[in-house]
Amino acid sequence: MIFHKCDRTEELKVIAAEIRRQVILSLAEAGSGHLGGSLDLADIFAVLWFHTLQHDPHNPHWEERDRLILSIGHVAPVLYASLALSGYFPVEELATLRKLGSRLQGHPGKDHGLPGLEASTGSLGQGLSLSVGLALGAKISHKECKTFCILGDGELQEGSVWEAAMSAAHHQLGNLVAVVDRNGVQIDGTTSHVMKLEPLADKWKAFGWQVVECDGHDHQALMEALCPAREPHQQPKVIIARTVMGKGVASIEGDYRWHGRAPSKEEAEKFLEELQHVSQ
Amino acid sequence: MYLNRGNKATKTGFGEGVLEAARKNPQVVGIGADITASVGMNLFADQFPDRFFSLGIAEQNCVGVACGLAMTDNIPVFSTYAVFAALRAADQIRVSLCYNNLHVVIGGAHAGISVGPDGATHQALEDIAIMRVLPNMTVLSPCDATQARIMTIQAINQCTAPVYIRFGREPVPDFTNDSVPVEIGKARLMNPGNDLTIIATGHMVWEALAAAEILKEKGVGARVINMHTIKPLDQDIIIQSAGETGRIITVEEHQMTGGLGGAVAEVLSQQHPVPLQIIGMPDHFGESGKPAELLEKYGLSAQKIAESTTHFLISR
Ligand SMILES: [Mg+2]
Repeated sequence: MIFHKCDRTEELKVIAAEIRRQVILSLAEAGSGHLGGSLDLADIFAVLWFHTLQHDPHNPHWEERDRLILSIGHVAPVLYASLALSGYFPVEELATLRKLGSRLQGHPGKDHGLPGLEASTGSLGQGLSLSVGLALGAKISHKECKTFCILGDGELQEGSVWEAAMSAAHHQLGNLVAVVDRNGVQIDGTTSHVMKLEPLADKWKAFGWQVVECDGHDHQALMEALCPAREPHQQPKVIIARTVMGKGVASIEGDYRWHGRAPSKEEAEKFLEELQHVSQ
Repeated sequence: MYLNRGNKATKTGFGEGVLEAARKNPQVVGIGADITASVGMNLFADQFPDRFFSLGIAEQNCVGVACGLAMTDNIPVFSTYAVFAALRAADQIRVSLCYNNLHVVIGGAHAGISVGPDGATHQALEDIAIMRVLPNMTVLSPCDATQARIMTIQAINQCTAPVYIRFGREPVPDFTNDSVPVEIGKARLMNPGNDLTIIATGHMVWEALAAAEILKEKGVGARVINMHTIKPLDQDIIIQSAGETGRIITVEEHQMTGGLGGAVAEVLSQQHPVPLQIIGMPDHFGESGKPAELLEKYGLSAQKIAESTTHFLISR
């Protein structure tokens, strides 16, 4: 099954639910991986891939395409599900996640030739720099395409993110949009316990970014937020998307222990049932 | 035997190479981390200000941005001190650059103990070891300014994957002939000899040639090889020399572990075991001093190389 681009929240809701379903199925099949963040990003990815991004699944190398860099490579399952449901490769291939010979590496690996994948990522703190380079490259060649970067909130503890943030504002990259998956948790617990991030919006503002805070599960709000910053400031834009880890599966919502876990086959069945209740 | 046309820093050769390549190739863009002139990038930056991007003292970001620029059809050249390029940004080079297998040229300036008075923090003695273990990476270490210029142009125009090119601060003899083609991955025989082989890299090639002159007076024929490419390593010339001369000495401004000596040892031990002596820093940090004083102290001057060679020949 493949979905096409749309701008109605009813359709995006169905797509987000299907992304979640594929995330659960592929992770259960893999037996390892990161469920929590992959689930909480499903709404953002539904809006990005099926509304906001200019892309062509039949022509993954289209020069004018928007670029998406998944700085938090560990949530690869949500990217893979979105690409498959867009038509970049067969949905059945999602079952090969993390297996020997698969194009769906545990963290995105471009050397395995997965269509639609822009870059290998997975070492935290690097994706925004890549995105700055992509946005700068588009700017100097006068291309209209935009660059989107998905960041985790725990990831913002990496100093290199702020090097990149500084450089994006300095070079006036109005074609760059960063999305922070603000689920408030990381492997060891809450971000406020591990390393405080607040006042987060003020930090980005101080680094010269336009900041929008929104509910990361509200499709209408996301559609509005994800457009690039307005001219003439040529400011990069960051969306601090408030999310709930594990969103969609009530029994695990907000539980940081699901950051780095995959469901067993039995758990997956239970989660899929919970998911259906939500999407009905 | 080789004529020194005048001392010139290899970083200057690198800078000239970037400029020359950029004049013909509009894809070339430069990344600056504040020390533009000090790492040889000022020639390019002055000539092509629209293609030179200052990113401040933030090497990790510099590498990542260079990768993004490479993904949009540019050929980025990022030069900074080798200690920062190879060590501070090592993870970015590993994942963003090498794993994505992008064509970015990284210049590692201020390599070796000959950096001199700045002292240990700024003398890169570990960069070859780190760069050469990375898959997809090519590691270059030209011996003089002329070779640095030629190999920089090749790194930009001929390579299609990550390249690390190492060069020094101190003006050193500029002696190679640019009419003899340099080929990445093909070491050059600089001096014939059958008693043993000295394989040198970077500034040490000149010292090794001078050492060979000293040895010649003592009746020792030292073959000298310029290993300007550390990776891909020219295994054939190593194995051939091992067979023909029976003993090998390596000389580098780098730690004795993991650098040129380590690379040569990997080849010899597995394919043609012969006695090997590695001359370099013995698991030790550098220190302040004049370049010549430091080379002397750490056994890297021509005189000291000749002495080590003599001892090596009578041992075992
Ligand atoms: Mg988080």
